[in-house]
Amino acid sequence: MATALNQIRLSVRGLVVRRGGRTIVEVPALDVADGEVLAIIGPNGAGKSTLLLHLAMLERPTAGELRFDGEPVRGHALALRRRTAVVFQEPLLLDRTVLSNVETGMRLRGVGRGERRARAERWLTRFGVGALAERSSRTLSGGEAQRVSLARAFALEPELLLLDEPFSALDAPTRAALTEDFAAVLAESRRTVVLVTHDHDEAARLADRVAVMIDGRLRQIGAPATVFGAPGDAGVAAFVGVENVVPAVFVSRADGLFTVSAAGHLIETVTETHGEFRDALVCLRPEDISIAPAGHDWSDSARNRIPGTVRRIVPSGADARVEIDCGFTLTARITRRSVDDLGLAPGSAVVATFKATAVHLIRRS
Amino acid sequence: MDLIGNGLKEAFRLLLHNDGDVYEIALRSVYVSGVATALSLILGIGLGATLAFRQFRGRFVALTLVNTGMGLPPVVVGLVIAILLWRSGPFGGLGWIYTTRAMIIAQIVIATPVITGFTAAALASLQPRLRLQVYALGASRLQMLWILLQEVRLPLLAAIMAGFGAAISEVGASVMVGGNISGHTRVLTGAVLLEQSRGNFGAALALGIILLAMMIAVNALFTWVQLGVRRDRQRADRTADAGQALPLVQPWLQR
Repeated sequence: MATALNQIRLSVRGLVVRRGGRTIVEVPALDVADGEVLAIIGPNGAGKSTLLLHLAMLERPTAGELRFDGEPVRGHALALRRRTAVVFQEPLLLDRTVLSNVETGMRLRGVGRGERRARAERWLTRFGVGALAERSSRTLSGGEAQRVSLARAFALEPELLLLDEPFSALDAPTRAALTEDFAAVLAESRRTVVLVTHDHDEAARLADRVAVMIDGRLRQIGAPATVFGAPGDAGVAAFVGVENVVPAVFVSRADGLFTVSAAGHLIETVTETHGEFRDALVCLRPEDISIAPAGHDWSDSARNRIPGTVRRIVPSGADARVEIDCGFTLTARITRRSVDDLGLAPGSAVVATFKATAVHLIRRS
Repeated sequence: MDLIGNGLKEAFRLLLHNDGDVYEIALRSVYVSGVATALSLILGIGLGATLAFRQFRGRFVALTLVNTGMGLPPVVVGLVIAILLWRSGPFGGLGWIYTTRAMIIAQIVIATPVITGFTAAALASLQPRLRLQVYALGASRLQMLWILLQEVRLPLLAAIMAGFGAAISEVGASVMVGGNISGHTRVLTGAVLLEQSRGNFGAALALGIILLAMMIAVNALFTWVQLGVRRDRQRADRTADAGQALPLVQPWLQR
């Protein structure tokens, strides 16, 4: 976890990227601390990759300043680039042997021949492709090529490692295996890393901090638990998988328990939101909602209970998503077995239940 | 048919006895076109890389000009260069008109667009992000270009062949700016032109055959290099297959 004591490795101030009269990225301030893993997540087209290219000093911004170790990047981009490494979504290997691919960057940075060979072999082995060293890069599978690309980046021993969706072009089993290896390498080598991804699991798994980028702006930065559990606004909530965002109004506050009203239903929450507000958004993850048949005998008083009617049941893998009409729509994610056990069908009268701690309130101004 | 037979006979005779300084003329052809191609290569790679990588105002115009330039009429090139180098022209003071230098310049103008076009097309066919990746590895602009040129080494060899072919086979410009002066600026194409105009079809044909033979020799050399690159690739691929088979065999070998 990054602390205030840590040195700032990379800092961004007033970054603006405009293309064709459109502002693609606007980041007033962003600091990457030494040794932290920062994940930038967001929907497609949010500007994540563009931001990464600027952090990698590969493109010049329309406005703004980038500092690497406190040193302004402008005018020193080449020298500072030689202290970083980038892994793209595609492996982007040169038409040479695997070994030569891994050594090329080190050669450009003036690493001696013996050291080059040793580092290349060490990192190829570490990523499980040591046996492929003499192979031509054109003969590799997608997974192998991406392993070589990662080895090439780590062999540079960069002070800052930037990755742009490094696993997203791979099939699911390959991705899982490679993410596993990557996580292990990260854990043992404590590098400063910026990882762009649209995969929440990847971000939650690998990152110390998560930044959510929507429409070119960083809408929230924080620990994964905060970003995924307590999104800062409705856009972030929608992106991080909080599918239920329901407008509500403030009713009362007592003993740390807030009560709000949504379409006439009272909802209790223990959110950390402080201060005065009238309008709020109730955020609920589908997996935090369970379903009981109407007329169930209740002993668990800590739960919110909202009656409604099943509108639709959509299978999703081993689970099903059940849309319940409660005056507003609540989507619950339960196992398909539960759907069968409860005998749910469109039109069934049910009660949606969820804990007060599962509710996250966003103030609406 | 007699004409062709006599032409072949004449060619052998010329080569055997070095009549009409045929070796000198052939060597001058190779020298002028070789130097022109080498200089065009430097210019063409620079321009081709600019066209492939840079977004700039007038890129459409530049591309159109290059594409037109790939089929530039040598007579027009010769005329313009002759005007520029003419004793009373803007660069007349150099005294280059009717020298091999003037011919080299004319052939550079003819070969550069060809090499530019090939280079631009080859570099543009690479993945756009490859360039960013090479920069990210720590390459300066020149190092990036050098690494990417190695990626397109096969089409680049084709560019050299096409550029050299355009330069050495061109006649109009060379004669106009070189003057086709015997022992001074006469090259094979000019010699063919002269012999034909004198009615010496045998000698003209002989020189034509020599020109063709030289072009075949040069192209054979570059094709051999091209195939060598391809052969190395195939060998690397075969090693790959063998490498995959190895784990099955090795444990038994080790015992």
